[in-house]
Amino acid sequence: MKWVLVAAIVFATVLGDLLQSHEMKRAGEQSVSARGFARLLHVIAQRRLLILGIACNAVSFFAFMALVQTEPLSFAVPASSASFVLETLLAKFVLHERIGARRAAGALAVLAGVILVGG
Amino acid sequence: MTKLTRSSGALLKTYLVLLFFLALKAGGNSAMAWGMKQVPERMSINPALYLRAMLNPFVAMGIAALILALLTRMALLSLADLSFVLPVTAVGYVLAVFLGKVFLHETVTRQRWLGTALIFAGAALVGSTSRNTTSNTAPVPQEPR
Repeated sequence: MKWVLVAAIVFATVLGDLLQSHEMKRAGEQSVSARGFARLLHVIAQRRLLILGIACNAVSFFAFMALVQTEPLSFAVPASSASFVLETLLAKFVLHERIGARRAAGALAVLAGVILVGG
Repeated sequence: MTKLTRSSGALLKTYLVLLFFLALKAGGNSAMAWGMKQVPERMSINPALYLRAMLNPFVAMGIAALILALLTRMALLSLADLSFVLPVTAVGYVLAVFLGKVFLHETVTRQRWLGTALIFAGAALVGSTSRNTTSNTAPVPQEPR
């Protein structure tokens, strides 16, 4: 059961972030003022893929809650950080982001850090 | 405005939005955790329990902050690559360890400090790369001529 939850968390997180990144880049640069948030809500209402991305966030949130009810955080955090690796790879190959040596090295250091903090 | 100042202004904005996101996330999580400790019932699959927990003002405040954090993260994704946003927002873990030590007096093991240092160093490294490497962003509006 716990691996089903981990798979659900990773899948929902990856899909949700890919959709949100793709859609937000297309929507153009947003700001976080009161007017900015109003405009952002308008953007969300118009983009179905963005709503799907937010729904994925909700799925991964509740699946994580269910996971930590039975498993220790030291399992849940490192296991769900698998999404981090997958997302970075997919950002390169699906979203066509340019990931140079410096960004790759930094991402690996962060990944190692997240596993140490969670473990 | 010259091209140089415009792009460094956008960089500053990216970091300000990042800071705003980290503050909302840390504040929201803390308020929620504090409030949930005051709620007597254990949570289960029953959604009515979650609705009743939301009557606690700290829980309600926490949820409001976390919703704003979600919107702020989306604004951040409009400004920067996903492969940029993921590592730099991991600084939130560092913040959580720090807040836990200062306010909740949690003991922080050496392994956890090492992880925290690695996250910080990695985020700094990624933060020094160019934030947006795809071209499908809407162009910066032209200055009136």
